[in-house]
Amino acid sequence: MQILNSVFEVKGISKIYDSTQALSCVDLSVPSEQTTVVIGPSGCGKSTLLRLMIGLARPDTGKIYFEGTEITPMNALLLRRRMGYVTQTGGLFPHLTARKNVILMANYLGWEKTLIEKRLLTLAELTQFPKDGLQRFPAQLSGGQQQRVALMRALMLNPDALLLDEPMGALDPITRYDLQNDLKGIFHKLRKSVVLVTHNIEEAKFFGNQMVLMQAGRIIQQGTIHEFIETPADPFVTRFIKTHRGPLEIQKGGDA
Amino acid sequence: MLAGIGIIETALAEQTLPSVKVGSKKFTENVILSEITTLLINHGEIPAIHRKQLGSTRVLWSALLNGNIDIYPEYTGTIINEILAERGLAGEIEEALSQRGIQMSKTLGFSNTYAIGMKAETARRLGIARISDLRNFPDLKFGFTHEFMNRKDGWSGLRKYYNLSQLEVLELDHDIAYRGIESDTIQVTDIYSTDADIDYYSLVILKDDLHYFPDYHAVLLYRTEFANRWPNALRAMLQLEGHISESEMIKMNAQAKIKKIPENQIASQFLAKEFGIHPKIHIETITDRLLLRTREHLFLVAISLTGAIILSIPLGILSFKRKKIGQIVLSIVGIIQTIPSLALLVFMIPFLGVGSQPAILALFLYSLLPIVRNTYTGLSNIRPEIRETAQALGLPSLPRLWLVELPLASRSILAGIKTSAVINVGTATLGALIGAGGYGQPILAGIRLDDMGLILQGAIPAALLALLVQGFFDLAERYFVPKGLRISQNP
Repeated sequence: MQILNSVFEVKGISKIYDSTQALSCVDLSVPSEQTTVVIGPSGCGKSTLLRLMIGLARPDTGKIYFEGTEITPMNALLLRRRMGYVTQTGGLFPHLTARKNVILMANYLGWEKTLIEKRLLTLAELTQFPKDGLQRFPAQLSGGQQQRVALMRALMLNPDALLLDEPMGALDPITRYDLQNDLKGIFHKLRKSVVLVTHNIEEAKFFGNQMVLMQAGRIIQQGTIHEFIETPADPFVTRFIKTHRGPLEIQKGGDA
Repeated sequence: MLAGIGIIETALAEQTLPSVKVGSKKFTENVILSEITTLLINHGEIPAIHRKQLGSTRVLWSALLNGNIDIYPEYTGTIINEILAERGLAGEIEEALSQRGIQMSKTLGFSNTYAIGMKAETARRLGIARISDLRNFPDLKFGFTHEFMNRKDGWSGLRKYYNLSQLEVLELDHDIAYRGIESDTIQVTDIYSTDADIDYYSLVILKDDLHYFPDYHAVLLYRTEFANRWPNALRAMLQLEGHISESEMIKMNAQAKIKKIPENQIASQFLAKEFGIHPKIHIETITDRLLLRTREHLFLVAISLTGAIILSIPLGILSFKRKKIGQIVLSIVGIIQTIPSLALLVFMIPFLGVGSQPAILALFLYSLLPIVRNTYTGLSNIRPEIRETAQALGLPSLPRLWLVELPLASRSILAGIKTSAVINVGTATLGALIGAGGYGQPILAGIRLDDMGLILQGAIPAALLALLVQGFFDLAERYFVPKGLRISQNP
């Protein structure tokens, strides 16, 4: 029996990609209705972990439970409909308008038209996406708007969990700043279980009640930012959280 | 595809079932002889149709064996050296033929032997009169027909027999060879002794001083089955035995080649003079001909392309989903593409006979590669992120294909179909070689008769049709390729 207040239980998973060990013996419990930030340098395996959690790839060893059910190739398709997934550049379908991107699954599942429209408007409001943008194609939207559409699409079926893989990684700083604020508000409002992958320590601090630091396919430490500062599990933790150059450092004019 | 073949079969059956089918090789004399035979049988109130210029000996012989045609004119030398490939007396030939269900008429009255010819002026200048004289001129360029190059009684035998040591020997089409002689690209070629071209191009026949070439008496080959089924037709047809003299034949060949008189008129004039009968002949106008050719051409292209689309897109999808099978599929369709079209057409005659069926199958096979490959490439070029997102949404694989992957690959798939269609329109002109009709028909006849106008009657509509097809698919792109993709170029 799984612990009820966790949405994902990851038990001893390993994964080898092209003969490199992407993940080795990872254990992780993702709490419900909170934002968990998975952070680490590029290539540390954080995106792979996310892909395994939504069932896009299979672990070589170990098991992953979603809300108490083990994810298998048989049930992955149905379980995924209870998760929302947003990638770095949104993964919007270029041949469909924003609107059709968002309602694709609901249409496929045969939702009633009025229900679909109602849900679409609720989401547009929530994500502050302009209604006249709904008829546009992805190529006609800005990067920030594309990510808002991707979020709407991920939320359409009202999933229990949201999995976000560097959703702001490709945005310019101003757009990123605005979207970070909006996202935090949305997560707070919806009380969804969110797993956010990022390599940016500032972003991690901004979002995370729970942080998971990874390096070379392993989890180094899991906890709050304060725990990371006060009781680092490894010298790497201290090094990683110090990589950020704060505004004070710039004023000092130091390139140290 | 099966349904498609079914339709074709019905269409062909309706078109050809109740009549005697006369075939002819793709040179003028043979076409005229078949035309005479057809008119003669027709005159006896028996329906007969003439399938013109089907190809070379091999094509006609297989068509006769298969019952695609009932009769065609042949030459005894060819029967012995090429078809039966064994030397023997007349009695033995007839026996060998009848074992295959084929019978042979007596000679029609003339012999059209193979001969070696060159320009009269060149021959005079170099002092060449006999084939043996060629031994002294190893630098002269020879140009022989494909058939002559490969026959037992052709070039290889001649070279040994006369001990010739020519270095340069080109292999080309009979009618093209004359043009080569005219332009002095080649100096020596194989000719038929009754050819009108001998006078037309001022050639001389070199004396076969060592008696290499056998006799080539013109005869009619026909199926025993035909003889039993249509005894009246047989009787009518055999009236021709001994009735066509060599000079008569040369005259008729010249009328077709030089005066450009249609073969059916020449045949009808001959029958009027020789037998006092006046068969009704249909004089085709250019418009009649163009409409008929267009219909035939479109028929070949439409059926073969539709079949190719129906098979290729699923094959492309399969290749994409199962990489190992995909490699095999792509190699096979790739290999098919490298088979020369003429070889493929001839290869299929024993199975499908002559006419539109083998042509459609060949065009169908040639149309596969561009569509399979473009479907495969179009699907492979979809960004992995997009593909995974569709999966992550929880779309099962079929709706994913239909709602996301195929629309994203549509531009590439359509481009493949367009390539196939344009190639198909061009290749379909070769269909005429095996009796499938289409724009290739006037092109073949034009080459045979040295008639540029006739060639253009096939070449221009074929080019226009290719442009039209291209334009059609450019328009289709607006309909089939989703608007979002036409805004952004990279899926």
